[in-house]
Amino acid sequence: MWEFVNYYFIPGLVLGCIYALGAIGITLTFGILRFANFAHGEIMMSGSYLTWTVMAIAAGAGLTLHPLVAMVPAAVMVILLFLATDRYFYKPFRKEDTIKVVMASFGMMLIIRSAVQVIWGPNQITFVRGIAKPNATLSEITANWGLQIMMPNKHLFIFAGTIVLVIALGYLLNRTRIGKAMRAVSDSPDLAHVTGIDVDKVIRATWIVGGICATAAGVFLVMDTQMLETTMGFRMLLPMFAAAILGGIGKPYGAVFGGLVIGLAEELSAYPWIGTAPLLSPGYKTGVAFAIMVVMLIVRPQGLFKGRSF
Amino acid sequence: MEAYVGYFLYFLSLLTVGGIYAIFALGLNVQWGFAGLFNVGIVGFAAVGAYTYALLTTAGSTFHLGGFGLPLPFGMFMGMALSGVIAGLIGLICIRLRSDYLAIATIGIAEIIKLILKNETDITNGPRGINKIPRAWEHFSETRFYTDWPMSWFGTPENWEAFFDSLPNWYWQPLFAATIILSMYVIYRMLERARTSPWGRMMTAIRENEPAARAAGKDVTRRRIEAFVIGASIMGLAGALFAQHLRLIEPTNTFDPSKVTFLVWVMLITGGSGNNRGAILGAFLIWTIWSASELVISGGIELVENIFSTLDPSILQTRAGFLRMMLIGILMQVILQRYPGGILPEVRPASPKAENDTREPTGETK
Repeated sequence: MWEFVNYYFIPGLVLGCIYALGAIGITLTFGILRFANFAHGEIMMSGSYLTWTVMAIAAGAGLTLHPLVAMVPAAVMVILLFLATDRYFYKPFRKEDTIKVVMASFGMMLIIRSAVQVIWGPNQITFVRGIAKPNATLSEITANWGLQIMMPNKHLFIFAGTIVLVIALGYLLNRTRIGKAMRAVSDSPDLAHVTGIDVDKVIRATWIVGGICATAAGVFLVMDTQMLETTMGFRMLLPMFAAAILGGIGKPYGAVFGGLVIGLAEELSAYPWIGTAPLLSPGYKTGVAFAIMVVMLIVRPQGLFKGRSF
Repeated sequence: MEAYVGYFLYFLSLLTVGGIYAIFALGLNVQWGFAGLFNVGIVGFAAVGAYTYALLTTAGSTFHLGGFGLPLPFGMFMGMALSGVIAGLIGLICIRLRSDYLAIATIGIAEIIKLILKNETDITNGPRGINKIPRAWEHFSETRFYTDWPMSWFGTPENWEAFFDSLPNWYWQPLFAATIILSMYVIYRMLERARTSPWGRMMTAIRENEPAARAAGKDVTRRRIEAFVIGASIMGLAGALFAQHLRLIEPTNTFDPSKVTFLVWVMLITGGSGNNRGAILGAFLIWTIWSASELVISGGIELVENIFSTLDPSILQTRAGFLRMMLIGILMQVILQRYPGGILPEVRPASPKAENDTREPTGETK
């Protein structure tokens, strides 16, 4: 039990939080702009590279920044990158067949990745070596309850950050004018246009929300794995799509739920449920997300939360 | 003389790889150009074709499954068939959904295929890959081929050995290039035939106006699956040829999505999607640019090295390849926005019946 919670359940939740944040951006763009954005993972990856560059610059000036602080200027840059991509590469196709935009985003995926590889080099960059120590207070308190939970501080930060962002997103979507407009455009763009909603403004808001969540997801992923890789965006792409489809396209809460389910499923698939060997070889973890996605596409393409199905 | 042979061989290798990419582009043209199916998992189908071919035709090995040493054409055919079967399965699941889902599913299946190739080390030798894949024509000079039938009917092993020793060691290269160009031409003729046939015109109708085609009683889903399977088996063949060209395949670097999937897409879009000649032209054009830019960039690096002697040239060398990728990506975006038709835009096949009608206004039926 102790092993299950610490080595499978908590890492699964952490991974789930990362997928959830990434999937929010994908599901919003899919719902509001109506195309599958293949460049999302790469934007996430560039966000984490930017964050660590900000940290390195600050360290050069004698300032030690926590990644969560350095994330703020990086998120601004990511949002600008998103808006520039939209302006120059996606907007020309807005009146045309959506598959053109998907193609453009597929091209952007490679342009952004190559740009990162040109600027920062193709190799892995490792920051903190060794194993992160579990939070002492938490394990002491929980040990008295009979189930010792060992969680490093980085995981606590990831959970807290995700909860704050999801609550903020909920407030934005349910309480503010722009959030309601976003939901309206997602449900029916024509009707939203007729009622006088400024669709361009909604699209900008979508990129901003998606950019913040994508940067957070990228930074959390790097905090978890403790290294920067140029391929991590592409690796994240499939589970994030699976999460968005599982939760229903255009449903941000569905994406959060889908992300948690996919993250847990990936980690728990390696748990020795039967006998002592892992149920599924850890090399196939990525396959779990794909399998869930395929089952959803066959059984219920609109997702668990009655999203849009095209 | 020696220098001319060098140029000739460079030209031949350009022709060989260009031809393989042209076959990929023709396969993609059936899926995207004819039927409007967005496949971004080309690399997966290529890997299936390449690995099937490699496992069936290599000599027995302890590193991977078999090495069955079967005839080369059989290996290529099985590569095509398996690739088509996998495409059929994906098609059955995803083709009735919108194109975005097909895109996600194909990119997913490509990743899953690579995962399997990496993890099933008993079968595929994992990340170390498969070595000594027989290459058409060159394989005749391998001992296991000239000691066995049918070659042993025509001469003793000693005679064959002496014969191959008397040939220049690049004797297979023109023959291999010719084989690839010939297969490309055969596929091209078949696809041209398919395009102007009722089947091809039905594909255009389905792509342009699905509800109308459905209302006219066409089995849209079935036709789409057909196009997807045909395209994927052509890609499987190209993958098998790719394995022959490389002779050593492994899952990560050989089947890098950006170098296979993306490059083939750029080729088709540049040449003109929907036009078979465009696909071939685009493949040779982009491949020539791609390999020429390697020379230009390495020349540029030398120049920079001479000017800024303090710079570490190895950093530039590793990163120049990515710069090239980025420029190709930007080229694709420019073509998508400015010249959506490509160099040779699609020509709609007019119905042969209608042509006859205009030529013979008397209305005589034949």
